Amino acid sequence: MIIHHPILGPRDAQEFVYLGDANLIDRPDGMVAGVEVFHDYLYNRTNPAGEHQELWYHEQGDRSWLVVTRNTVTHEITRVELARDVARARRRTK
Amino acid sequence: MRYSGFRVIAEALTGHKGWKPVWRDPEPQAEYDYIIIGGGGHGLATAYYLAKEFGQARIAVLEKGYLGGGNVGRNTTIIRSNYLLDGNEPFYEFSLKLWEGLEQDFNYNAMVSQRGIINLIHTDAQRDAATRRGNAMIMHGADARLLSRDEVRQMYPWLNFDNGRFPIKGALMQPRGGTVRHDAVAWGYARGADMRGVDLIQNCEVTGMRIENGRIKGVETTRGYIGAKKVGVAVAGSSSKVMAHAGMRLPIESHVLQAFVSEGLKPLIDGVMTFGAGHFYVSQSDKGGLVFGGDIDGYNSYAQRGNLPVIEDVAEGGMALMPAIGRVRLLRTWGGIMDMSMDGSPIIDKTGIEGLYFNGGWCYGGFKATPASGWAFAHLLAKDESHITAKAYRFDRFLKGLMIDEKGQGAQPNLH
Repeated sequence: MIIHHPILGPRDAQEFVYLGDANLIDRPDGMVAGVEVFHDYLYNRTNPAGEHQELWYHEQGDRSWLVVTRNTVTHEITRVELARDVARARRRTK
Repeated sequence: MRYSGFRVIAEALTGHKGWKPVWRDPEPQAEYDYIIIGGGGHGLATAYYLAKEFGQARIAVLEKGYLGGGNVGRNTTIIRSNYLLDGNEPFYEFSLKLWEGLEQDFNYNAMVSQRGIINLIHTDAQRDAATRRGNAMIMHGADARLLSRDEVRQMYPWLNFDNGRFPIKGALMQPRGGTVRHDAVAWGYARGADMRGVDLIQNCEVTGMRIENGRIKGVETTRGYIGAKKVGVAVAGSSSKVMAHAGMRLPIESHVLQAFVSEGLKPLIDGVMTFGAGHFYVSQSDKGGLVFGGDIDGYNSYAQRGNLPVIEDVAEGGMALMPAIGRVRLLRTWGGIMDMSMDGSPIIDKTGIEGLYFNGGWCYGGFKATPASGWAFAHLLAKDESHITAKAYRFDRFLKGLMIDEKGQGAQPNLH
């Protein structure tokens, strides 16, 4: 798979480390949310067959985190964004 | 029709005209006591043991494609019970004991071949870990032997013993481990279930679940609505898709695992060998092909095919261990979809919906578990309580901190 890095252009997916569902960006505040909410965040996944937004880390490159929109049935990548931009758009502050 | 040597001879003398289809192809009835979703190894074993061991009737298995067309026909056929943790080892040892009696039990040749499995050791620390694992296995009634470097050399003199990075220093062996003809497992269970009145309904995909007041009433399928008192889901690989019909999210990601087979060779490897440090394992089929594999690709996938980086990685692992295979040609590769759970261990449990039961999260270890998984799931369905060897495989173990993390990787499914 080729990931079109927003800054570096087309890069081989081998340069990246995969973390998983991009909803991991929306981490609840563990001190407020309670055990059940945090359990759901940490362990449960939607795991769709089809379009999936996911976090990839460019470990062998510029060490940026990306949000890649990829189809889990065809492996086709339709969108790549910097995770920083996605987190800011979702109004995450830290 | 019972199979026997006499039967083969009698058929040979009469032109093989007496063989009949091995199972019926029934139309679905309006309602069953039990519906098992998934006509793979685990689903068919569940139906078989429900009928045979737990005396239940009015059972149907719903399969979206054809029987045994999923992971039971895509794995690398290895059976073993070399686990460390208390939550796992009794279950897998129960499974291995069932494998040992399986062919007599369901009167079908599944080619169970206990040719032994070895896990290679390269360091003192690995030897200590293997010793501990071997002792844990023996304490649970399994068999284990620690092999010296010379003993491994006697078995396989052509391995690369002096690899600069991973020199072979010994191995942990389970002599009772081995391989099984995987398709025949599905066929044997299917035939055994059908003979006991189970309806095996193919080309019947579940498209919805009817749930009223927190209780399951039946399932919507491509062949119409079918009512049921109890529904068991055994569709590992597609678990999240099917359980979404019940509004559930699971502690599971679906990943693709590739497998490989080489052209046929003369006898080279008589057992199963794992080279964990090199992310590689191998056995040789009765047809002569080397059957091998390595890691999952590492990203969510439902594609049943992988990509080239893992193929290269596996080939490198093979060459590091066995330089002799350098000119062997790869015959084919394929992929299967794994339910990768959050601690690397499976789930066999009730759900929050009355009458709906779940079996999945097998990661890439589901095939060896087939008999015990079917037995334990049938036990749960028939008696509403977990089988004694499967009590740890609960949904709530993540909430309660009771994970069975055999590899110690935490909630990162692509590392298990």
